[in-house]
Amino acid sequence: MADLVIEGLRAEIDGKEILKGIDLEVSKGEVHAVMGPNGSGKSTLSYVLMGHPAYEVTAGSVTFKGVDLLELEPDERSRLGMFLAFQYPHAVPGVTVSSFLRQAINAHRKGGPDGADNPISAKEFGNKFRAALEMLEVDKSLSSRYLNDGFSGGEKKRLEILQMAMLEPELAILDETDSGLDIDALKIVSQGVNTLAGPELGVLVITHYQRILNYIRPDHVHILMDGRIVRSGGPELALELEQSGYAGVAPQQEV
Amino acid sequence: MAPETAQVDIGEYKYGFSSPETPIFKTRAGLDEDVVREISAHKNEPQWMLDFRLKAYATFRRKPMPTWGGDLSGIDFESIFYYLKPTEENARSWDDVPDDIKNTFDRLGIPEAEKKYLAGVGAQYESEVIYHSLQKDLEDKGVIFLDTDQALHKHEDLFREHWATIIPPTDNTFAALNSAVWSGGSFIYVPPGVKVELPLQAYFRINAQNMGQFERTLIIVDEGAYVHYVEGCTAPTYSSDSLHSAVVEIVVKKGGRCRYTTIQNWSNNVYNLVTKRAVAYQDATMEWVDGNLGSKLTMKYPAVILKEPGAHGEVLSIAFAGEGQHQDAGAKITHMAPNTTSVITSKSISRGGGRASYRGLLRVNPGAKGAKSKVVCDALILDEHSRSDTYPYINIGENEVDIGHEATVSKIGEEQLFYLRSRGLSEAEASAMIVAGFVEPITKELPLEYAVEMNRLIQLQMEGSVG
Repeated sequence: MADLVIEGLRAEIDGKEILKGIDLEVSKGEVHAVMGPNGSGKSTLSYVLMGHPAYEVTAGSVTFKGVDLLELEPDERSRLGMFLAFQYPHAVPGVTVSSFLRQAINAHRKGGPDGADNPISAKEFGNKFRAALEMLEVDKSLSSRYLNDGFSGGEKKRLEILQMAMLEPELAILDETDSGLDIDALKIVSQGVNTLAGPELGVLVITHYQRILNYIRPDHVHILMDGRIVRSGGPELALELEQSGYAGVAPQQEV
Repeated sequence: MAPETAQVDIGEYKYGFSSPETPIFKTRAGLDEDVVREISAHKNEPQWMLDFRLKAYATFRRKPMPTWGGDLSGIDFESIFYYLKPTEENARSWDDVPDDIKNTFDRLGIPEAEKKYLAGVGAQYESEVIYHSLQKDLEDKGVIFLDTDQALHKHEDLFREHWATIIPPTDNTFAALNSAVWSGGSFIYVPPGVKVELPLQAYFRINAQNMGQFERTLIIVDEGAYVHYVEGCTAPTYSSDSLHSAVVEIVVKKGGRCRYTTIQNWSNNVYNLVTKRAVAYQDATMEWVDGNLGSKLTMKYPAVILKEPGAHGEVLSIAFAGEGQHQDAGAKITHMAPNTTSVITSKSISRGGGRASYRGLLRVNPGAKGAKSKVVCDALILDEHSRSDTYPYINIGENEVDIGHEATVSKIGEEQLFYLRSRGLSEAEASAMIVAGFVEPITKELPLEYAVEMNRLIQLQMEGSVG
């Protein structure tokens, strides 16, 4: 069985149905891309998977590693190994990046199998943090800046991937990580994701444009339109989309 | 989905424990002239102090209760004990402090802090200071750090020169009450040019039920001298109310600097009604760093009178109002002379139906040309049951001034919380992180140990706050 199994997922916000029955499976070691035009439900899918409280799941199921994900709080999902790189990361003034990362890591290490807290040592944290900064070509002065406060769009996106590197998830959802990135930043961020990708990580890239898929090569591509996955295929589907547009790749609608 | 079980918020107050009461001497419940005489007689005071107390008592009886600020109608002045002496002596060594009292201060971490990072410690239990210390080298330099009762006996002239000159008993109802029944507190004198590098700390503990604690602090910082004084306070949680009503007067002479830091963490049954005021002379600096986390109702507005040119006053305050709490806190600055400057930074947080108010008065007298002041008040409201108010009074009698005022009110956003929770932080941890960030401009001004303590207290306040 795949690690993440989504079946017949329907979700709404403020009484408006956005996801109208999604089926999708992602396993560790795989890279999936979900592509869709504006308003197709891409961000809703990533929010629902992470447990955003504003969305209500009305039907279907989602399991991750055999656990019913829909019964879990967002923080429990994170500690189970899920990660969402936000399209619009939020600022937390007064909290430094390093202090935030340390607390987030410690939250993951808390209540392990033996129930004991196991905070990360300063040395281990320092080493890990330095490696992540280097990988994403981020200046170390970032560590003492306040979380996303006054960050440029590119800095925010790099920090999202840096957090992913630090938290070592088993399933990472990248929600339009390419938006707002220039080509150089996109390369660096993509290389970061590629470095982290491997047999222990499943990746779900959610994107409007094919561009990021030149750098993060998906094994599977799914086209999301109007809350449903209308086509799935291999990497070639992304190229087809690039040429024909969403209207071109979508199956003929019944009249 | 199964219905969620509502969590009962017990406030997570860590210092609510109490010890058996074993007073050496205790006045009867309630207050009259005889009780005032009894306190004075028990302390062997000079006649002038008894006269001062009696006059203040008459003033207290004459003055009406304030009708602004918080609800004071729950205070039953007749059920309060105004004086309780817990031990025979003010010890110079913790070994001489009776066990149950020493245990209390051990649990509060005072002897340990003293060893690590303090230049001197005073520990008040009920009405009296039961332990006092000051590093030998500071004593040799002429620094005086005593409890106020001892100072009256040992340094009567210096004491009398400054006593009640900044806050007379007629100032307000609670200043009058304190003046009538005061006991304990700290007396500090720093001679010209002496800089006390490590903080001096006083800790105020109420243990008995229905207790009134009325300490009185007087700090004199002489020319070019510096001191950082820190006070902390806690009390057991009782179903009946206690009253803490202190008066703090500070004189900062030419070129001197005084920083006064409070980490107030009373239990939720304590009325905390305190008058604090400093006078800063030429080029002197007075800084109040005021953290108010506990109590049922706090009314406290640390004041600085900038009396001579070049004086600078600063008030940094944090107020955290949780369930059943009202923090009515703020600042008062009076610019009396040219080229005086001031900054007020106030951060308030309310949650669980708590109410936090900022009440500030900024006054610039005619002739205080070139006065500069900046007031920033930020409020953070954590849920829809809680409340925040701002009452900024500004009274400018001079044209050539530069005054700035900013106020913001914000709520913890669902999106911000979701972002942090998606990284593995529980709702309480995420909220505490947002709050800690919000107050960071103030905690960064605290010595590391106190910043850690402040963040820990905020964390405790946040725990159990979400169901």
